Amino acid sequence: MGELKLMKGNEAIAEAAIRAGADAYFGYPITPQSEVMEYLAAQQPHKRTGMVLLQAESEIAAINMVYGAASTGKKTMTSSSSPGISLKMEGISYLAGAELPALIVNVVRGGPGLGTIQPSQSDYFQATKGGGHGDYRLLVLAPASVQEMSDFVKLGFELAFKYRNPVMILSDGIIGQMMEKVELFDPIPRKTEINEPWALTGKSSDRKKRVVTSLDLDPYGNEKHNHELQRKYKEMEENEVRFEEIDCSDAEYLMVAYGSSARICQKAIKLARLKGIKVGLLRPITLFPFPTKQLYSYTNRIKGILSVELNTGQMIEDIRLAVNGKLPVEHFGRCGGVVHSPEEVLAAFEKIIMK
Amino acid sequence: MDLKEIIKPENLVYKRTECLTDKTLSYCPGCGHGTVHRLVMETVDELGIQSDVIGVASVGCSVLAYDFMDIDMTQSPHGRATAVATGIKRCWPDKFVFTYQGDGDLAAIGTGETIHACNRGENITIIFINNGIYGMTGGQMAPTTLLGMKSSTTPYGREVELMGNPIKITELVAQLAGTYFVSRQSVHTPGNVRKAKKAIKTAFENQKLKKGLSLVEIVSNCNSGWKMTPVESNKWMEENMFPFYPLGDIKVEGQLVQK
Repeated sequence: MGELKLMKGNEAIAEAAIRAGADAYFGYPITPQSEVMEYLAAQQPHKRTGMVLLQAESEIAAINMVYGAASTGKKTMTSSSSPGISLKMEGISYLAGAELPALIVNVVRGGPGLGTIQPSQSDYFQATKGGGHGDYRLLVLAPASVQEMSDFVKLGFELAFKYRNPVMILSDGIIGQMMEKVELFDPIPRKTEINEPWALTGKSSDRKKRVVTSLDLDPYGNEKHNHELQRKYKEMEENEVRFEEIDCSDAEYLMVAYGSSARICQKAIKLARLKGIKVGLLRPITLFPFPTKQLYSYTNRIKGILSVELNTGQMIEDIRLAVNGKLPVEHFGRCGGVVHSPEEVLAAFEKIIMK
Repeated sequence: MDLKEIIKPENLVYKRTECLTDKTLSYCPGCGHGTVHRLVMETVDELGIQSDVIGVASVGCSVLAYDFMDIDMTQSPHGRATAVATGIKRCWPDKFVFTYQGDGDLAAIGTGETIHACNRGENITIIFINNGIYGMTGGQMAPTTLLGMKSSTTPYGREVELMGNPIKITELVAQLAGTYFVSRQSVHTPGNVRKAKKAIKTAFENQKLKKGLSLVEIVSNCNSGWKMTPVESNKWMEENMFPFYPLGDIKVEGQLVQK
């Protein structure tokens, strides 16, 4: 068993980064995720593992430092919260276009604009549909516990390098700020050699020069590049869908929720069972790729789905696409930093779905 | 005399430096970019650092600089080259990292990144081409466009009341504690090319010292954007650009040059 610790979600991200053998972190303070960089700074990662830690002058600079560091083939990450992630979107689009691996953590707060510093899930569209310009996807992991905040850093780096694509951990102010027991994985040493055939290591005489760019002025070349990216996303859809099902085997209804909202729904479905209502919870762990096939498999088994999100209804669109009109799918969620209670969710479920 | 007779080793007086590629330059005839590319690659060849250098192209006319340089390179979002270079240098502290940026990239959209990379004293080299105009997008006003100078977005000349002042970003970053060497040069005459080469070489050699950032500004013509012949544009540059952007070293070994 790994080392057990009581930690904040944000601290778990930071500790996991060092343990995952990250080479560099570039960030900029923003509530509610500032503990990530604070924890790293206190740990002096340059002494612990040689990891680079740099507080940039802006989120824009931070994501571009990530772009530079990632182009050297090293494990690179940043973290921020919603308004800061919006600023990073240009750089994220470039990372996707140049096919660079990187880990980006969004500890979501309410929007739009400066919004609020309280937790929210209102960046679902931004995370899963692109966010920046161009036809691209991030692989999006949605942790629902401090444990997963830690585990998904390691997993996120693995997937980022497997697909040469930026990976986003889509968390929120609840998971980032709450404290839970976490079993830390054993440290992985930082890479001593860069073997990636695309990485900028300096052109030695035995190989051709390498260029990391997202630019192709030849329209046919650019189209080909786009098709290659789409092939990669297809591969993710085939191999990387992750979800959790709780009390689903005999369910007549489903709640679908991710992250902190899934934690609330875990309690809501228990309350429902006490009243004799057979509701299961399907928790998408990857938001892209989305568990589309799994949701479709419920279409002839259940009577309806409630999408429970800390927003005004974003993931519901993916659920509706998944069931393709064969089931009623409705949304419930508080927003703007207001968090729904399990009782509220159940009451909404009875009113909206059971009617 | 046919071509075979001409191309003989004993007739060779000038050749492409090793680290420049064979690819035809995409720059307008008369533009200074090609000369600066050569000087940067000559420096890489003379220092023997091809396997230890990583370049960062920016957005502007030189966006495809990586096509012409036979070294590992990346291409940065508009204005972010020094942040990208920071990420590379922090991961490869012993490699030579440089950015190649125009005035729109470095002194307008990338001002924040430029100032903070300079102020942190990142051990990188910035090659900064200042032609007072946005060349690639068709000759719009740049942060460096002179007062009275015409561009496609200042068709009646730049007026301070309407468009504000041109910025001397090089003098500005020279004031920052993190810059070690700051110089302004040009490449429009053989004499100036030699001086520019010396400054560029110094700017690369300085990376070994780890004492801060080196920036070389090249004041360049943009005959297409300025709507002049190459010869006219160089004359115009001497008469108008140099009085506002005077050539010479501005900071050497971390000390401002007294004038």
